[in-house]
Amino acid sequence: MAEYIIETKDNKWEVICGLEIHCQIISKSKMFSGASTVFGADANEHVSFVDAGMPGMLPVLNERCVHQAVKTGLGLNAKINRYSQFSRKNYFYADLPQGYQITQFQYPIVGEGKVIINLEDGTSKEIGIERMHIEQDAGKSIHDIDPKKTFIDLNRAGVGLMEIVTKPDFRSPEEAGAFLKKLRSILRYLETCDGNMDEGSMRCDVNVSVRKVGEEGYRTRCEMKNVNSVKFVMSAIENEARRHVEVYENGGKIEQETRQFDPLTGQTKVMRKKEFAHDYRYFPEPDLPPLVLTDEYIEDIRKEMVELPDAKKARFIKEMGLTPYDADVLCENKEVAAFFEKAAKGSDGKKVANWIMGDFFAMLKARHLDLEQSPIKPEYIGKLVNLINSGVISGNIGKEVFQIMADTGDEPEKIVEEKGLKQVTDTGAIEAIIDQVIADNPDNTAAYRAGKTALMGWFVGQVMKASKGKANPGMVNQLLSKKLG
Amino acid sequence: MTDLTKLTVAETLKGLKNKDFSSVELVKEYIAKMENNRALNAYVLETPDKALEQAKISDEKYKNGTNGALEGVPLGIKDLFCTKGIRTTACSHILDGFVPPYESTVTQKLLDAGASFLGKLNMDEFAMGGSNETSYYGPAVNPWSKDKKLVAGGSSGGSAAAVAANICAAATGTDTGGSIRQPSAFCGVTGIKPTYGRCSRYGIIAFASSLDQAGPIAKDVRDCAILLKAMAGHDAKDSTSAKVDVPDFEAFLGMDVKGMKIGIPAEYRPDGLNAEIAAVWDKGIEMLKARGAEIVDISLPHTKYALATYYIIAPAEASSNLARYDGLRYGLRVPGEHLDNMYINSRTEGFGKEVKRRIMIGTYVLSAGYYDAYYLKAQKVRRLIRDDFLRAFEKCDVILTPTAPTPAFPIGDKSMLENPINMYLNDVFTVSVSLAGLPAMSLPAGLSADGLPLGLQIIGKAFDEGSVFKAASALEEDVKFVRK
Amino acid sequence: MAIDTETVKRVAFLSRLKVDDDKIVETEQEFNKILGWVEQLNEVNTDNIEPLVSVNQTNLECRDDVVNDGEKAEAVLSNAPMQEFGYFVVPKVVE
Repeated sequence: MAEYIIETKDNKWEVICGLEIHCQIISKSKMFSGASTVFGADANEHVSFVDAGMPGMLPVLNERCVHQAVKTGLGLNAKINRYSQFSRKNYFYADLPQGYQITQFQYPIVGEGKVIINLEDGTSKEIGIERMHIEQDAGKSIHDIDPKKTFIDLNRAGVGLMEIVTKPDFRSPEEAGAFLKKLRSILRYLETCDGNMDEGSMRCDVNVSVRKVGEEGYRTRCEMKNVNSVKFVMSAIENEARRHVEVYENGGKIEQETRQFDPLTGQTKVMRKKEFAHDYRYFPEPDLPPLVLTDEYIEDIRKEMVELPDAKKARFIKEMGLTPYDADVLCENKEVAAFFEKAAKGSDGKKVANWIMGDFFAMLKARHLDLEQSPIKPEYIGKLVNLINSGVISGNIGKEVFQIMADTGDEPEKIVEEKGLKQVTDTGAIEAIIDQVIADNPDNTAAYRAGKTALMGWFVGQVMKASKGKANPGMVNQLLSKKLG
Repeated sequence: MTDLTKLTVAETLKGLKNKDFSSVELVKEYIAKMENNRALNAYVLETPDKALEQAKISDEKYKNGTNGALEGVPLGIKDLFCTKGIRTTACSHILDGFVPPYESTVTQKLLDAGASFLGKLNMDEFAMGGSNETSYYGPAVNPWSKDKKLVAGGSSGGSAAAVAANICAAATGTDTGGSIRQPSAFCGVTGIKPTYGRCSRYGIIAFASSLDQAGPIAKDVRDCAILLKAMAGHDAKDSTSAKVDVPDFEAFLGMDVKGMKIGIPAEYRPDGLNAEIAAVWDKGIEMLKARGAEIVDISLPHTKYALATYYIIAPAEASSNLARYDGLRYGLRVPGEHLDNMYINSRTEGFGKEVKRRIMIGTYVLSAGYYDAYYLKAQKVRRLIRDDFLRAFEKCDVILTPTAPTPAFPIGDKSMLENPINMYLNDVFTVSVSLAGLPAMSLPAGLSADGLPLGLQIIGKAFDEGSVFKAASALEEDVKFVRK
Repeated sequence: MAIDTETVKRVAFLSRLKVDDDKIVETEQEFNKILGWVEQLNEVNTDNIEPLVSVNQTNLECRDDVVNDGEKAEAVLSNAPMQEFGYFVVPKVVE
C-alpha cells in the first residue's frame, strides 16, 4: 500500500494514530432511565429524575443498550466479555448532573476485535480494536444565548453510547478515513448506531504521534477531542503530524496534551495540558451489580446478525462477478446493497451494477431523491438489462427506456411494447433502410467507395436515425459494409 | 384515659381496629406531644396538617373495611427519605428548601399500607456521624438525658429519640455503618438494619451506596417486624434490591430458641471493654442459654480492621454520591463569577465540617496513585470480613454482641469533636455487619449505673432476619426493659 | 503516605471545596491522622484476595427498552435555583 511518510531534509517520519469513537446507541429510551432518546424536544422534556441527578435516584440498565453493544461487538469480530462492570468516572461539569459518568473501565463489555479497511489503491489492511465499552452521554451546555450565562439542557444526558477504542494502527490519514467509513457502514448494517457524524451520533477523538521510520516504540501523543467529520479527522491527523515533525525537527519536545481541532483553519490548538488533566477517580459503580451475560444470550444475538459489508462484498465478487471496487461501492450502504441484490436477481449482476452506479445514481442525484424514494423498482433495472442483453432493445434505446421508467415508474417491457421500441433484427427491413440511405446520398456513397472509409460512422448514424434507433447496431454495421463494399 | 402515644404499633392497630379510638384522635395526641417535645429537636420538619389529612382517610378506610396493614399509624420519617411535596434535606444546608417531586419506595410502601407521616426526623448531615451533632439543624437530644444533654446517637438520632419520647409510633431509619442500631441502643429502643438489598434504596439520599440500607426503629421487636414487612421487598427501580420473598417476620416472634446456636465472637470483647456493657452482654448470653439455646464461641478475626475498611469505602462512595450537590439543579446556590467558583462556594458553604472531611478523604483514596493502596485494599479486606461471617455462620444461627462500646455520651463531647477517630470508634461493633451486608438488630438489654440504656446486637445470616427476630423476641421477653 | 499542603489543595479542588489558607495545615494534620489510622490495613495479607465489589450476589437486572419517563420538565426544574426558558442556568463556563 502507498506509504504515507513526512519527509524533511534529514529525516523520514511516519504517523502513528489511534481513534476513540463515541457512537450513540439506537434505542428508544435512555441507558439508565425510561426517558426518550428522540432529539428535537423542548429543553429538559426528555429528562427523568434519574437523568437530572436528583437525590436518591438510581440507574436501571436498559437491556437494549446491552443487546446493541453485543451485536456491535460481534460485528467488530470482537470478544464479548461474559463479565463486565460499570464504573463511575468522576468530574464536575455543568452538563454532567450526577457529578460522574456511568461508564465501564476495568471490565468493558467488548474486548479485542478487528476491522478490515479498504484503501484507494485496492489494498486492504486490518485495524485492531482494543476494546468497546458502554456509557451514558452528558447533557448539553449552551453558551451563546447570554454572554454571562450558560444554559443547560439535559435531554441528551443519559443517552447510551458505545465507545470504540482502536489500537494505534493507523499510519496515514487515509487509513483513518477508510476506517471511519467502514465502521459507519458496519454500524448502519447492524442498526446499532445511525453513524451520522454531522449530527453528533458518531464523535471521534484522535490520538496522534510521529516517529522516525525504523524507530521502535512510540513518542508522546496528543489527543484531539470531538473531531466531527471524516474529512476533519483526516486533516487533523495530517496537520497534527506535521506539527509534531516540525517541533522535533526544531529540537523541541511534544507535550502530552489535549488539543482542539479548528475546522475553519484545519489547525489544532492546546486545550488542556497534562498537569491539568482530570483525575477521574474511577471506581466500580455501587448502584449496579456486575453485568453477567450468558452464552445463550450472546448466541441469540449472533443468530440475528445480518450479512456485513465484508461478507457481502466477497459474495458479490464471487457470485455476481463484480469488481472489488464496484462491490465496495454497492456494499457501503445496506439499502443500496439490498436494492442491487433485488435488481440483479435473475439478471446480469455486473451490468446491473453499472446501471445502478451510473444512470440510476445520477438520476437520483439529479432529482434530489433518496434511494427509498426511487421511482424505479429494483427488479425493473434487472429487467431492463435483460432486454438489452437479449437484444430486444439496444443499449441506446435502453437509456431512453430508463428515462421513461424514471418518469413513469413503469416496467421496461411495457414501455418497450407501448412505444414500439423493440430492436429491428429483421435483415430485410434493415437492408431496405440501408438501400434508401445509399440512394439518398450518392455523393457520400461515392466518396466511401473511393476510399474515404471514415464515413462508415456517418452511414451507421443515418441508418440508426432512419430506424429511430431501433435497428440492431451490429447488424447495421455488418450489412452496411457489405452493401457499400 | 390511657396515653395513646405509649402504645406500640401492634397495640395501636388493635385499638384502631376495635374502634377504641380513631386515627384522628391518635394523630392529634401525637401532634400535641410532638409540639411539647420540641426541645428534643427530634423533628426538623413537622407536618401535622398532612398527618391529620391522612388520619381522616384512615378513619374512612376503617369504616369501609379497606384499611391497610399500617392504617392510621403515625410515623416519623428520617430526613434522608425523599417525600413527595415535603421538604427533604438530609439535614444539610446544601439541600436548603429541596422539595422532592417524587416519593422514596420505602415511604411509598408505608403510605400504601395506610401510615401517616408526622414529619421529618433529625439526623447527622447526609447520615455521616454517630451523634446527630453534624446535623445542620443541631443535635437531637436523647430523651434519657438527665442533668446533661446527651446525644441520641447517629445518624438516625432523631428517629431513635422520637420513638423513645413517644412522639411517633415508630420511625424509619437508615443504616450505613450502625446508624439504626447505635442510636437505638443509646435511646433504649429497638431497630433493625435488614440484609443489604432487602429494602429498596430508591429515593433515599445516598451516603455510601454499597452499605446504605433502610430499616425501622420502633418501640419493640414486634413493631420492627410489622414495619419491616411493610418496608421490604424487591424494587425494579433499585438494581441492588434483592429478588427475595419477604417473609412474615412476626411469625418468628415467640418461637422456641431451644437448640438455636448463638455465636459469641471473641473479638468483640477487647481489653478495656466497658464493664457495664460486658455485663449486659453476659446477662443476655445467660438468658438465651437458660432457654436452651446453645452458646458457641466463634471468631471473626478481621474485626479489628473493619473500622479502617469502612472509613475508606464509605467516604470514597460518599465523595462521588455527593458530587451532584453543586448548586445547579436544586438546593443551595452561592453565586460565583464562573461555574467552578459557584461550585466551590456552594459546596463549601453548603456542607458541614464532617461531610467535607469525608468528601476529601474519599476523593483522596480514589485519586490516581492511591486507589490501589486504599480503596482496592479496603475492598479486599471487606471480602475477608465478609468471609469471616460466612465461616462463623457455619457454626451458629445468629451472633450476639453489644451494639455500642459505650452508653450515650454528652452533646459536645470534646474528645469526639477534637478527634474524629474517637467518634468513628463508636461504630466498632456495627460496621463489620454493614460491610458484610448482613441483617442485625439492636434491642435494649439493660441500664447503666447512670440509668442509661444499653443495647445488644443480634446478627443474622443474609436474608435470615427471621432468626434475628426469633432470638430477639426471646431476649426481649427476658430482659423486660421498661420503655420511657 | 503522608499528605502535603499541595495534596490538600489538589484534593480540595477535585472535591470543589475551599480550604482557607489558615486551615490548610490543620486539615493536612487531620488527614494524616486519619490516613495513618486506616493504613493499619497494610497489616492484612490480601494476596490473591479478590476485591468485594458488591455484597449481594444478584446479577444485574435490566429493564425493557420502553419510554415511560420524562415529559416533566416542570418537575425537573421545580427546585432549580435559576432557570430560564426551560433551561437550568449557571454562570458562564470557562475552560
